[in-house]
Amino acid sequence: MDHVNPTTTTICRLDVNGDTRECAVTPSTTLLEALRYGLGLTGSKQGCDKGDCGACTVVVDGVPVLACISLALAHHDGGAITTVEGLAATDGLTPLQDAFDVTGGAQCGFCTPGILMSAHALLERSPDPSLAEIAHALSGNLCRCTGYTKIFEAVLRAARARREAVGTGGAKS
Amino acid sequence: MSAPNERKPGMQVPTGREMPKADRLRPPEWPGGRSAEPAAGFRVIGRRNRRIEGAAKVTGRAVYTDDIALPRMLHAKVLRSIHAHARIVAIDASAALAMPGVHAVITGKDLPEYYGIIPWTQDEQALCETKARYVGDAIAAVAADTELLADEALRAIRVDYEPLHAVMDVETALAHPEWQVNEKSREGNVSKHVHLDFGDVDGALAASAVVVEGDYYYEGSTHTPIEPHCAIGDFDATGFLTLYSSTQVAHYLHRDLARVLGLPTQRIRVIQPVVGGAFGGKSEPFTLEFCAAKLSMLLGRPVKILYTREEVFYAHRGRHPMSMRYRTGLDRDGKLTGIDARIHIDGGAYSSFGLVTTYYSGQLLTAPYRMPAYRFDSTRVFTNKPCCGPKRGHGSVQPRFAFECQLDKLAEAAGIDPIELRRRNAMGENQRTVNGMRVTSNGFLDCLDAVERASAWSTKFRQLPYGRGVGVAGSMYISGTNYCIYPNEMPQAAVQLKLDRSGRATVFCGASEIGQGVESVLAYIVCEELGLTLGDVRVVAADTDLTPVDLGSYSSRETFMVGNACLDAARALRQKLAEALAHAWGCASAEVTLADGVACDMREPERHAMTVKEAFQLAESRFGTLGSVGWYQSPQLGGDYRGGTIGASPAYSFTAHVAEVACDPETGVVGVTKLWVAHDCGRALNPVAVEGQMEGSAYMGYAEALMEAQVYKPGTAAHGPGLHHGPSLLDYRIPTSLDTPEIESLIVESVDPEGPYGAKEAGEGPLHPSVPAIANAIYDALGIRCDRLPFDPPRVLKLLRDPEARARWERARAPRAEAAVVATPRRAPEP
Repeated sequence: MDHVNPTTTTICRLDVNGDTRECAVTPSTTLLEALRYGLGLTGSKQGCDKGDCGACTVVVDGVPVLACISLALAHHDGGAITTVEGLAATDGLTPLQDAFDVTGGAQCGFCTPGILMSAHALLERSPDPSLAEIAHALSGNLCRCTGYTKIFEAVLRAARARREAVGTGGAKS
Repeated sequence: MSAPNERKPGMQVPTGREMPKADRLRPPEWPGGRSAEPAAGFRVIGRRNRRIEGAAKVTGRAVYTDDIALPRMLHAKVLRSIHAHARIVAIDASAALAMPGVHAVITGKDLPEYYGIIPWTQDEQALCETKARYVGDAIAAVAADTELLADEALRAIRVDYEPLHAVMDVETALAHPEWQVNEKSREGNVSKHVHLDFGDVDGALAASAVVVEGDYYYEGSTHTPIEPHCAIGDFDATGFLTLYSSTQVAHYLHRDLARVLGLPTQRIRVIQPVVGGAFGGKSEPFTLEFCAAKLSMLLGRPVKILYTREEVFYAHRGRHPMSMRYRTGLDRDGKLTGIDARIHIDGGAYSSFGLVTTYYSGQLLTAPYRMPAYRFDSTRVFTNKPCCGPKRGHGSVQPRFAFECQLDKLAEAAGIDPIELRRRNAMGENQRTVNGMRVTSNGFLDCLDAVERASAWSTKFRQLPYGRGVGVAGSMYISGTNYCIYPNEMPQAAVQLKLDRSGRATVFCGASEIGQGVESVLAYIVCEELGLTLGDVRVVAADTDLTPVDLGSYSSRETFMVGNACLDAARALRQKLAEALAHAWGCASAEVTLADGVACDMREPERHAMTVKEAFQLAESRFGTLGSVGWYQSPQLGGDYRGGTIGASPAYSFTAHVAEVACDPETGVVGVTKLWVAHDCGRALNPVAVEGQMEGSAYMGYAEALMEAQVYKPGTAAHGPGLHHGPSLLDYRIPTSLDTPEIESLIVESVDPEGPYGAKEAGEGPLHPSVPAIANAIYDALGIRCDRLPFDPPRVLKLLRDPEARARWERARAPRAEAAVVATPRRAPEP
């Protein structure tokens, strides 16, 4: 593209939570805007709009991505996007979500969707993470309520529950 | 207590504020009181329960204000001043209004009414009418089809400014009253001055064995909730305004909307959706709420305003920078004698809660230690910076830092272990403080014991190698204030409780859930009293049309006050249920139990039992539709002097911290290895939630101690003074998961006689000791006194340049016996 009209609206086709969804975007529309305002997936949050806080984190092909500094069109017909709404099947909570609920890992809950996505990506690639690995994986997600203590506890608990579930032929995170 | 001498020429004295009446409304008494554990034990209270809104939050289904989109909704943006202090000569919005898709522009002339959270200091306008008072002050608002278009339209608005002298610090503000920041001030740039005197301070200090004098500076910081402020105004065809807002004080917002918009309160509804963090930063009305409402009134369409992260730094209302001088004396027995404090408070451009802040800076220091004589003189001034206000631990975190460092210095001078010094001066329970505050339950000594034991203090203090150290500090905080912000004798908190034949209980309450878990607290109380399980209770909160007034989430009041209101409402219905069941079973009401969804006669549970749902139906048949109310009003409290009710609370929480640090003397980096936090919360209604508050508080104190600074740039050739140093979450550094130290929570339960099941606050108290405990640990590690915040590498390295530092460190480690006797009194020079 050698010339882009910044106000021209085009259709963006996204692979989100296992569905193919379309919405109208301009070249400057961010992935976060497309998800929240175009597709009504308001679970992903905007805390800074600059990639500083991590509240907008989604997972694309297994990798955490900051949706507020990604262009929607860059994901047109692109990789598989998972948002917080896509973590669980309709009938309940994943072990990760359940662990956050039980341990008090979510207080105001605004950073929670982004933290869940970073933690989900971590557990998918590293089923038995150390505390240091967890702290590293979540270092791009700011939480202002918890002091992270209960978030670490939640991720450790979820990792344990997932391993046990795998051992008994069970569920994903 | 000597005659308080608060009245000074020129200061603002609140009028119309009287002591609470002796015949003030009081909640009912219950046999056995409100704190006792039931004979059969608690079923819900004290358990590590889930929160009622937890599942919504972990699935992304919780609806925050920006998640709401209404049909035909427009978006608005706010134009902000580029000058720290400038007269607004003219505003030309014609080019903006000519843009297709731009619907309206409003300026200060459209919203001229002054408002302010404290009725005596209403000194701000939604949009500046005549002058801007800080870089970022609101000038105009534009409504357009999209946020992007509104943003572009802002750039088309021309403002002619006449720059004025910018007042950037307290000294300039006091030296140049003619450069007046806020014209509503009655005296130059003084926002509030309080001088209170209790006992013979000068005599006490003169007779002291040791007097320590110190100057301290506490840097400003801001709340940075991860959710930026957001509001939607929706003025409908019937002339009724609904405002959705990420507020923590829906009731006060309701009142100020009416005032500024010229609408009667009964035609305004304020709804608080789920709030993504607040910490005091959403505890008063803001520009966006008035502008979204006004634009909606003008256009007849819903209007949303979402602040950018940058704007959140300008909205601010965060921690006040304070310069503090303390003189503190100790007698030969290691008992406090007298305390003299002089405090300068940098308030920024407006008053906010500043009147209260100024009082709190002195009034909240008088426990947990007994102090025979105390004086403070606090002055808050206006400067051309974003307005400071109440951040978690409002007004008392800064003096607590200074005072707990003073105690550490006194302990060393007297050769007493700093924990022992605090123990020796602890006031105990059922006491009155030097400034007339009633202290009832008090678990401070248990807090000290807990952190001493958990941290292995006795094996560490003055024994760790160079660079490592431990420090201790204590504090107290209020569980709500005993007075509404505007004087009235109506309840401070209320609950309406509805039960019906479906088996569901619905709690209606104005309480503001901001992440602390107050809605769950209400549900736990109803479940405990009525034998329900958590899924059977719905809480409808913070909707001024549907819920009875609660004053909101500030001053750590929710668990204590709405908890008590809810307890009364639930017990009133429990009595009815028990009466209906007793009648049906031919037993006494006292023999009816309700637990885990089942009602039974304790004598014959096999014969006389039914589900609680059936019990509701039985009671509905006997008494008609089931509903009840409960409300809370605090008893008459406080000292008998002007200002004596400020700082008075029905219960005080107590906290002690030990911090362990590992410092690098080469780089000046202070690493906090661990924080041990012991907090007396009365009774922990849910230990998970209490720990969450303790950990979050300790983290936030740690952040202020080492990292955070809401500061502004001086003028250069390129720009004027007052630019925020870095209004982003990258430049304004808050701790990440890698920065935050390990925190261990140690809950202490003193069981308060007046709290719901004995509960007190936990949300703010545990922040206080973090900062001085870390400062005192740095001294133990390096022999330097960090009396100014933050304790960042430049500051630590500068202090380490003192050639005496290492010698001080070694002297502090000299065998205790040599230093143990207070021989010669060391006197500070007279002021």
